[in-house]
Amino acid sequence: MTRPRIPAMPLSRRGVLKGAAAVTAAGLILPHTSLPARAQARGGTFRVGIGHGSTTDSLDPGLWENLYVQTFAACRHNYLIEVGSDGQLVPEIAESWDSTDGSTWVFSIRQGVTFHSGKDVTAEDVVASINHHRGDSSTSVVKPLLAAITDVRADGNTVVVTLEAPNADLPYLMTDYHIPIMPGMDGRIDPASTDGCGGYIVESFEHGVQSTVNRNPNYWKSDRAWFDRVELVSILDPAARLNALITGEVHLIDQVDPATIGMLESRGVARILSIPGNAHYGFPMDSRQGPYDDNNVRLALKYALDREAMVDVILGGHGAVSNDNPIGPANRYFNTEMEMKTYDPDRARFHLREAGLESLDVTIAVADAAFSGAVDAGTMFSETARAAGINLNVNRVPNDGYWSNVWLNPNGDTPFCATYWGGRAVEDHMFTTAYAAGADWNEGHWSNDRFNELLVAARSEVNESLRREMYMEMQQIVSFEGSTIIPMYNNYVMAVANGVATPDQISANWNFDGFRCVERWWMA
Amino acid sequence: MSNVIRMIALRLALGIGLLFIVSLIIFAATELLPGDLAQQILGQGATPETLAALREQLGLNDPAPVRYWNWLSGALTGDFGVSLSNGRPISELIGARLGNTVFLALYAAALSVPISLILGILAALWRNSIFDRAANAGALTAISFPEFFVAYILVLWLAQTGLFPSMVRISPATTFGDRIYMTFLPALTLTLVVTAHMMRMTRAAIINLLASPYIEMARLKGLSPLRIVLRHALPNALAPIINVVALNLAYLITGVVVVEVVFVYPGLGQLMVDAVSNRDIAVVQAVALIFAGAYVALNLLADVLSTITNPRLMHRR
Repeated sequence: MTRPRIPAMPLSRRGVLKGAAAVTAAGLILPHTSLPARAQARGGTFRVGIGHGSTTDSLDPGLWENLYVQTFAACRHNYLIEVGSDGQLVPEIAESWDSTDGSTWVFSIRQGVTFHSGKDVTAEDVVASINHHRGDSSTSVVKPLLAAITDVRADGNTVVVTLEAPNADLPYLMTDYHIPIMPGMDGRIDPASTDGCGGYIVESFEHGVQSTVNRNPNYWKSDRAWFDRVELVSILDPAARLNALITGEVHLIDQVDPATIGMLESRGVARILSIPGNAHYGFPMDSRQGPYDDNNVRLALKYALDREAMVDVILGGHGAVSNDNPIGPANRYFNTEMEMKTYDPDRARFHLREAGLESLDVTIAVADAAFSGAVDAGTMFSETARAAGINLNVNRVPNDGYWSNVWLNPNGDTPFCATYWGGRAVEDHMFTTAYAAGADWNEGHWSNDRFNELLVAARSEVNESLRREMYMEMQQIVSFEGSTIIPMYNNYVMAVANGVATPDQISANWNFDGFRCVERWWMA
Repeated sequence: MSNVIRMIALRLALGIGLLFIVSLIIFAATELLPGDLAQQILGQGATPETLAALREQLGLNDPAPVRYWNWLSGALTGDFGVSLSNGRPISELIGARLGNTVFLALYAAALSVPISLILGILAALWRNSIFDRAANAGALTAISFPEFFVAYILVLWLAQTGLFPSMVRISPATTFGDRIYMTFLPALTLTLVVTAHMMRMTRAAIINLLASPYIEMARLKGLSPLRIVLRHALPNALAPIINVVALNLAYLITGVVVVEVVFVYPGLGQLMVDAVSNRDIAVVQAVALIFAGAYVALNLLADVLSTITNPRLMHRR
C-alpha cells in the first residue's frame, strides 16, 4: 500500500502559472474539451475516490498527512488565509494582515463567521488553533515550522503573532493545511472535534472507509461550496479507483496511472487534469559516508541518469525535468539560469576519475512507498548508469516501514534510497526543512557552510534583489553539490467525470485544486 | 448421546487450548514487525521529540510480557482495548467490519453451497457425460484464475455495462435489498472461487459410494438413480462434504482480502491489511484472533456434524 508522506505545505506562490503557453508546455491538459463554460450552480452530490485513507487517520490536525484527511479538512474547515487558484493569498478567516517590521504580525479576524455549532469565530479561537502546534507537549508535525513564533495573543478582533526574527513569509506559513481554525475552549482546541467553520458539516465519517458532509447553510461565503453533499471514499486500489470513475460511482479520482490515461480518455466519461507544481521525486544519498561523501561521486551519479526518459516513462509525460533542484517552477526565486544537467556517461566517468575511481559499485534501496514507480525508476537509473561504469544494484525493499527503516538511513545500511516531496511555496521553508545542516528531515545528512550562511542571511534580507541573488546561489549549490538527486517534478494527475465542472484555473499548490475542489467545483 | 456431549466438550477444550497457543504466536509475530506505530503515524514528519512524546502517550514503552498479559486478559472479557492509532475502541472498529465480512461470507455461502451440491450430485449421477465435463471444466477454470482476475472480468461484464455497481458503498442505513444488490459482484466472485472445491468433493464422495454393495442392492431393487443418490448415497457422503464446506466457509471469512480490495468492501480483511501496514498492533492481534477463532469454530462444527451424520465415528474402538 502506498502511503503518502508529504510532510509539508507545498503551495505555489505568486504568479504560479505565467501564461497559458507555459502551462500547456508543462503538460497541463485544460478541461476545455468537454464542457462549455456554464454558470456555477448549487446542488448535487459530489463523490470523490481517494487513493489514501486508513484507520489510523486522525481528526487531530497536527497529525494530518494524506490526501484523504486533507480533503476532508477542506470540507469542514477554513484557514486564516487561503491560497487562491493563481497562487496569491486570499483572505479567509483573517480579513487582512499587516506587519511593520516583519517580526510582529497583526491579523484582523473576520466578524460574523460562525462554527457549525453556532459559536462565533473569535480571535481566541485562532490563538488556540495556532497554539495547538506549539509548545513542548505538542505532537504536531508542523511544530518546527512554527518554532520561530515566540508569542501569539488575541487583542480585540485581531491576533498578534510575534517572531524571534523578521520573516516576510509568515502569512504563507499560516495557509498550511495543518492549521485550520477550530473552536477553542480555555485556550485549547479539541483535536478530536469535527466542528469547523467551513462549507460543509460532517454527517458521518469512518476512518479509512467513507465520510459524508452536507452543505453548511450558514456558510459565510455565498459564492463557494456549490455541492449539497460531498462523499469522500477511500479507494486504495488503482484499478478499483478507475473502475469507480468509469462506472459513475465517483466523480473525481487522484493518482491516475499514466498507463491507463489513453484508455480513460477514449471512453469519454471523464477528463484528465494534469497540474504542474513544485512536487518532486528524488534519490537522497547519505553524504556522511563513503563514497557519497565525495561530491565527484554524487556528480557522477547525477550525470548518469536520463531525466527526460524518466519523465516520459515514470510520469507518462505528466511532469517536467528537474535539475536536482527542490525549488520548482512555481517558486518565486526559481533559478532558470543554471547549467542543465543531461544524461552524459562521459562526464559521469570524468567525475568518477576525479574521485579517483575507475568504476563504482553501489546499491539503491527503493520501494513504491517512496513514490509510485520508484522501483522502475531505480531500474532505469541502473540501466543508464552502466554506460558510465557505475554498477548500481537495485534493492527492492518492502513498502511497510519504508519511512522508518530506510528513509533517512536510520540503521546506517541504506545510504541511497528514494523519496518524494510536495515541494514548498517558500524557498526558505523547503531549504530549512530538508537542506539546512542538522534539519530533522535533511535526507542527505548534508551540510554546506556557504549554503547555511546564505540561508540565515536570506531569511531576514529586506532587499528583494539581494534576496533573489542569495536564493539563486543556494539553488546552484544544492544542484551541483547537494546530496539529493532530483530528476523530475511530478504533476498532480487526476481524472474528473464530465458531469462536474471545474474553474478555468486549477490551483497548483496541492492536489485536488489545493484540496479546495469541494469548494470551488460544481455540477455542470 | 453422552458420547456426543463428551466429544463436543473435548473438542471445545482442544479449541480453546489451540486459541491460546495461537494468541501467543500472534503476539510474538507482531513483535517482529519492523518499525513501530509512533513512527508510522508521524511518517516523514517524525522528529525525535514528537516520537518520544507519542510513544509515551501510546504506552509503547512497556515490556512485551506486560503488554501480552494486558491484551489477553482484556480479550478474554471481550475487550480488545483501544486502537493504538486513533484511540477508538477496537470492538467498535471491528464490529461493523465483522458484520460486513460475515454478511458477505453468508451471502457467498448461500449461493455457492447449493450450487456446488447440486452440480456435484448431478455430475456424479451423469458421470463422464458432457454435463459432467462442462461443469468440471467451468469450475476448474474459475478456481484457476487469481481472484482479482475473476473480479475484474465480472466488473468488465457486469459493472461497466451498468448492471451492478463496481464498488460497495454500504452504511448502517442501507436496506437489506440494496445490500444484496450492491454486494452481488463480490459474492459472485467468491462463489466462483470456492465452488470447484466443494463440487468436486461432493462428486467424488458420491461416486465413491456408488460403487459400494448396498448401492448395488438398491439398484437391483429397481430404485431410480436420483433416489439412490439422494436417499442412500448422499447421507453417507455428508461427512466429507461437511468438512469441505466448513473449510470453504472459513476461507470466505478469512481469505477475502483481495476481493474486498477490488470491490472496496469495508470488511475485516481490509482492516487487517490496513492495520498491519500502519503497525496498529492491537487491531492486528484482535483481527488475527477472530480469524483463528472462526477457523477453530467452523472446524469444530464440521467435526460434530459429521460425527452426528455418521454414528459409526462415535464408537472408536
